[in-house]
Amino acid sequence: MGKELDEFDVDVTKCMHCGACVGSCPVNAIYLNEVVLEFNDDCTMCKRCIKVCPVGAIKLAGGR
Amino acid sequence: MTAKWAAKGGARVLIVEKRQEIGSPVRCGEGISRSWLDSVGIKLDAKSVAREVKGAKIVAPNGSSFYLSEKMAGNEVGIVLERVFFDKLLARDAVKAGADLMLKTSAVKLLKTGDKVTGVKIKSWGETKDIKCGCVVGADGYESQVGRWAGINTSLAPRDITSCFQYRLTNINHEADYCEFVLGSKAPGGYIWIFPKNEDTANVGIGMQLTKLKDPADVKKYLDKYIQNDPRLKKGRPLELVSGAVSICAPIDKAIGSGILLVGDAARQIDPITGGGISNSCKAAKVAGEVLARATREKDFSERSLQRYEKGWRDLIENHLYRNWMAKEKLVTLTDDTFNKVIATLNEVGVDKMSTYSILKAIEAKHPELVREFQEFL
Repeated sequence: MGKELDEFDVDVTKCMHCGACVGSCPVNAIYLNEVVLEFNDDCTMCKRCIKVCPVGAIKLAGGR
Repeated sequence: MTAKWAAKGGARVLIVEKRQEIGSPVRCGEGISRSWLDSVGIKLDAKSVAREVKGAKIVAPNGSSFYLSEKMAGNEVGIVLERVFFDKLLARDAVKAGADLMLKTSAVKLLKTGDKVTGVKIKSWGETKDIKCGCVVGADGYESQVGRWAGINTSLAPRDITSCFQYRLTNINHEADYCEFVLGSKAPGGYIWIFPKNEDTANVGIGMQLTKLKDPADVKKYLDKYIQNDPRLKKGRPLELVSGAVSICAPIDKAIGSGILLVGDAARQIDPITGGGISNSCKAAKVAGEVLARATREKDFSERSLQRYEKGWRDLIENHLYRNWMAKEKLVTLTDDTFNKVIATLNEVGVDKMSTYSILKAIEAKHPELVREFQEFL
C-alpha cells in the first residue's frame, strides 16, 4: 500500500469519493474507503485515474 | 431488487451496504420512464417522485430543438426521481419480503473453496466476520470489487467509460416539463442533461467519453462553461454536487460464476447511449432474485444453476445493449453540423418512437446521406 504518498497527490478538497477512478483502473490498484484513496503496488502508472476524475482531484506528486 | 425477489421466493437474504444511509449520497441524474416499473413490482410512493415530465427536449449544437412526448422518449424520460427516497423504498420492499439489512458494513473479500464462492468477509463496526452463503450477489456499481475478486472480467476500455459531473441547480429558469438532452461538442462523446426536480430546480449534468477528455477536470469545466453561457442557468446556485463514472460498453461475456452473480453496473448493464441504468438493472435484478429463490429451493448455486440468470437477463436486455453500444460507437464520431442536420430533419419529418431504428428510418427518408454510417441499423 501507499503509492499515494510517493507517486500521486489526491487533493482532498476536490475528491468527491465517487469511485470513478476505482472503477476505471485497469489493474484494480485503487482502494477507496469512503474517505481516503490509496494506490497499491499493482499500479502501472497508466494515469487513467487522473483523466477520468471529473473534478481533477488526482495528479502526479510534485505537479509532474 | 434482487434481495426482494429472492426473499419473496423463500431465500434467506442479507443485504450488506457500506454506506450509513441507503440512497445517499446520490450518484445519478434520476431520470426514468414509468413503462417498466410494473414489470418489476415497483409501486412508487409520492416522496420518491420529484417531478413528472411530459417528454424529452433534444437540443442540437446550434440551439435548435426537437420535442418528444414521454411515450416516445425511451428509458430515461417520464419521471425524475428522488433517489434518496427511491432507494429506501426498494430497501423497504426487500426488508418487508424478509431480507435482513446491515448498514455501514463493507464486504472486503470473497470466501472461496477452489473456484467456488462460499461467502463473504465483512467489516462492520470494528468487527470482521465471515458470512457463509450459497451465492454472493455483486451489486456494487461502477467501481465493483466483487466481480474482480471473483475473477469475472468487467474491465472497461477507455472508449467505454463516461465520466460525469452534475449540479442540482436552483434559481434557474428551465423548461420544467421536459427532460433536456444537449448534444454535440458541448459534451464531446456524451451529452449535457437538464432533468427538472421542480419549477426552479433541476439536475444539470454532463457525461463525457473518457477518450474525449484532454485535461484534468475537463468534465466539470465543460459543464461550468455550458452553465455560464446559458442565460436560463447562469444565475443558478448548487444545492448538491454529484460526480462519478458509468460504463457504456457492450454486454460482458459472463456475469456469473459458481456461487456468484453480478447485477447493475457491476455487470455493465447500463444503456451505452444514455448512460441510464436503473431500468435495466432492476429488470436483471428481478431475474436474479427469482433464479436465486429457485436455487435455494434446489440447494444448487452452481454456475450451471445460475446460468438461468445469465440467460434471463440476456433475453431481456442484451440485444438492446449491444445495438445501443454499436450506435454509441457511431454517435460519438458525429460532427456538430451532422447533429444540427439530424435535429432539423426530425423537425421536418417527425418520428413515431425514440428508438435508434425509428430515428434513422425517419432521417433516411429525407436525407439518406446523414445515415450512411448507420446502414447496419436499418
